[in-house]
Amino acid sequence: MATVYDAIVVGGGHNGLTCAAYLAKAGRKVLVLERRHILGGATVSEESHPGFTFSSCSYVVSLLRPQIIRDLDLPRHGLEILPLDWTYSPFEDGSALLRGPDAETNRRNIARFSPRDADRYPLFGQAMSELGRLVKPLIEAPTPEPSRLRPSTLLELLRLGRRFKGLGEPGIAAILKMMTMSAVDFLGEWFESERLIGPMSVSGIIGTFLGPRSPGTAYVLLHHYMGEIDGSFRAWGLQKGGTGGVAMAIARSAQAFGAEIRTGCPVARILIGKGEARGVVLENGDEIRAKVVISGADPHRTFLGMVGEEWLDADFTRQIKRFKLRGSSGKVNLALDSLPEVPGLGSDSPVLKGDITISPSVDYLERAYDDAKYGRYSRQPCLDCVIPSLTDPSVAPPGKHVMSIFVQYAPYKLKEGAADWENQREAFGDTVIDTLERFLPGVRDRILFRQVLTPWDLEQTYGLTEGNIFHGELSLEQLAFLRPAPGWARYRTPIRKLWLCGSGAHPGGGIMAAPGQLCASSMLQSRAL
Amino acid sequence: MPLESPFHPRIAPLCTSYAWKHWGGYLAVCHFGETHLSEYWAFREACALTDVTPLFKYEIKGKDAARFLSRMMSRSFEAIGVGRVAYTCWCDEDGKVIDDGTVSRLGEEHFFLTAAEPTLSWMSRLSRGFDVEIEDVSEGTAALSLQGPTSRSVLRQCSDADLDALKYFRTAYASVDGIDVRISRTGYTGDLGYELWCKAPDAVKLWDAVTSAGRAWGIEPAGIDALDMVRIEAGFIMLGVDYHSAPRVTIDARRSTPLELGLDWCVELDRDAFIGREALRAEAARGATWKLVGLEADWRELEDLYASYDLPPALSPAASRATLPVYSGDRFVGQVTSSVWSPLQKRYLALASVESAHAKLGNRLELEHTVLHERRRVSASVAPRPFFDPERRRKP
Repeated sequence: MATVYDAIVVGGGHNGLTCAAYLAKAGRKVLVLERRHILGGATVSEESHPGFTFSSCSYVVSLLRPQIIRDLDLPRHGLEILPLDWTYSPFEDGSALLRGPDAETNRRNIARFSPRDADRYPLFGQAMSELGRLVKPLIEAPTPEPSRLRPSTLLELLRLGRRFKGLGEPGIAAILKMMTMSAVDFLGEWFESERLIGPMSVSGIIGTFLGPRSPGTAYVLLHHYMGEIDGSFRAWGLQKGGTGGVAMAIARSAQAFGAEIRTGCPVARILIGKGEARGVVLENGDEIRAKVVISGADPHRTFLGMVGEEWLDADFTRQIKRFKLRGSSGKVNLALDSLPEVPGLGSDSPVLKGDITISPSVDYLERAYDDAKYGRYSRQPCLDCVIPSLTDPSVAPPGKHVMSIFVQYAPYKLKEGAADWENQREAFGDTVIDTLERFLPGVRDRILFRQVLTPWDLEQTYGLTEGNIFHGELSLEQLAFLRPAPGWARYRTPIRKLWLCGSGAHPGGGIMAAPGQLCASSMLQSRAL
Repeated sequence: MPLESPFHPRIAPLCTSYAWKHWGGYLAVCHFGETHLSEYWAFREACALTDVTPLFKYEIKGKDAARFLSRMMSRSFEAIGVGRVAYTCWCDEDGKVIDDGTVSRLGEEHFFLTAAEPTLSWMSRLSRGFDVEIEDVSEGTAALSLQGPTSRSVLRQCSDADLDALKYFRTAYASVDGIDVRISRTGYTGDLGYELWCKAPDAVKLWDAVTSAGRAWGIEPAGIDALDMVRIEAGFIMLGVDYHSAPRVTIDARRSTPLELGLDWCVELDRDAFIGREALRAEAARGATWKLVGLEADWRELEDLYASYDLPPALSPAASRATLPVYSGDRFVGQVTSSVWSPLQKRYLALASVESAHAKLGNRLELEHTVLHERRRVSASVAPRPFFDPERRRKP
């Protein structure tokens, strides 16, 4: 038994690394153990085809907390977020809606479908930003746990309550609506044109196993506008060299603070004695001890996999088992020989530098969901595409491009069983390309290489249980003090000296890094370390 | 009426924003599209192409060319080899800076000078007694600046220049699509980059060759707005903004010496007389009163400041040329002359002239910052300049 670490972080994803960096910054001796040969978890860049670097999984940075960027000095360690200014949404009849950085152009473009919506559009943005401002303190601090009525909790709740009350009746109504309504109904209160509601409702369903008409999806819409709360400090866009660059910047910062990081070190289980975590056992049988163990893995993998039910009480186990992961999306990454033409705009159009959303109508999206409900991938899926090589030529050979396509719906549990994805993977890829080809003709002939990642692959390769990109759905019943289980939403777990720092903890997924940071600060504050 | 640059036939249709300004008597683009930010990112991640024809350009030829320039400039040109470029400034007899620019040695007796302001009459006055010929080639010479990490790859594709031999601050003749050009590895962005010089009638053809080769490398035409951001990140001063040309201002307080502007490194005091030498020697002996420094505002304080107004911190990602007072405690100790929020580095950066006593690296000062009409202050510390300095800038 050689060195004893203060803390072992299981998993070198962006949250694990963030947690490690903060602990190392506070002078603790930290070891990060990553199963794969490469850091980042789902925040990863991989050269899956020679010369082409893909953001294999997560592809856009949006809510990375400014405080973390500052505390960890991330720009100096390689964080470079390039803008993603446009949203191009083509329709089946060949027309398209284009939204960009200029408000007047947006108004004109939307007015082609509805002059009223065109006027409402900036007001909607303003309203959402205001709601975002209310939610900001929630994502920047550990969640208050009403189930544990300590004086400190009461104070936190009181503060929130006061802020809530300050909104006035219309504000409170808006919040309640947003938390309970469906994306389509919520948008329908603002807009009349399907051409706006169709593409916009996509942000309500990303990563969830719900349809645009399912209650609760309005809340996820908000995430799209949350960037506004950070003003100039926000990081919204594409990381240079692919998303993995974010994780690498955090890793370099952690190392600069003295953290030790090992890749290719799969943890088999968490070593437990007398009900408390003592260290980890690697798959090769090595034991590494530490004063505390922090898991960046999702709650299922952590408790049901690395801890084991025998150490947990039945009630907690049941809650973790009920915690919904059910992945609903896949990824298709393409290497392109040249750029596809945008119908009516040619191949030089700046719109390709932005986000390309294939969700022409609410019905289209809801039908895509219908397929998923019955255990198959959407025959006509909703797609969210970006071509990062247009802004960052370093990710592809000259003149060639990488295209990242987020695909929904692709249910983890196929009718034939999750493992049947092995048989359906390429057919799924074909469906995605067929769909894309309808809206961006000519894309198929330009494909040099295709990588299809199904929810099964996201689980098998990247360790996301059931392929859930958020370590657990971002639905109301799984947020704040309920994430991942009531009573255990402040990064502690029923196993003493075992903490949770991944996206399965408050405030959830996306490249926010808040769970990692808040876990570290909670530990330091409570003198757990 | 401003002149149209020789690139105008290509640039005008691209400038869909209609955002033009005047620069050196020419029409210059502020930004081409809806926002200057895509151009900014092209500078930093791919490459950007800017029309810099409005620079004043002079050819100095003759037996005494090197000696003449050494007399006029703060540094000597006698020992500078053919094919080299040197950054320099020139002063009046009182050692106050008139202008700054680059001098390229194109032959033993042949130099090329760029300047921000017309300089012909100053040079003509000084050249009496020297065997030199000075020609104003400003209008006949078109100039493009190709800057950014992929700029070398673009030139490799469209020119026959030996770019591996073309080191930092060197210049060489080459051919681009059959056009004679001179390429110098210089720029105003602090990154890998080149400036291309050709005869005005060849301008359109040069533009076409570079842009078509650049397509595979993410080239973007860029205007002055984005250029102004990157030059502040690079820590470069600008005439008329960070300092003023000595003969063009009324009071001495508005004039600056090279030592005050941080240009000490291109002032050679221990050599034959040059204009302003005596004054500068005296200043060097007693120490400069002012120093131009880089300042970086404290991010946390900025966030807190905005939070106290219940606002998200909103700093414009556009270069500002507004002057702002700088304080040490309650004392006014200088002023910011250029500032920008760097989206790349996520830092609020400024160039400021401060009293020398406050110019030490890391020294903490206070910077005026207006939030909601109210003038407040945030801490700022003296930071190393350039703020942005990638290795590739100088790498062979």
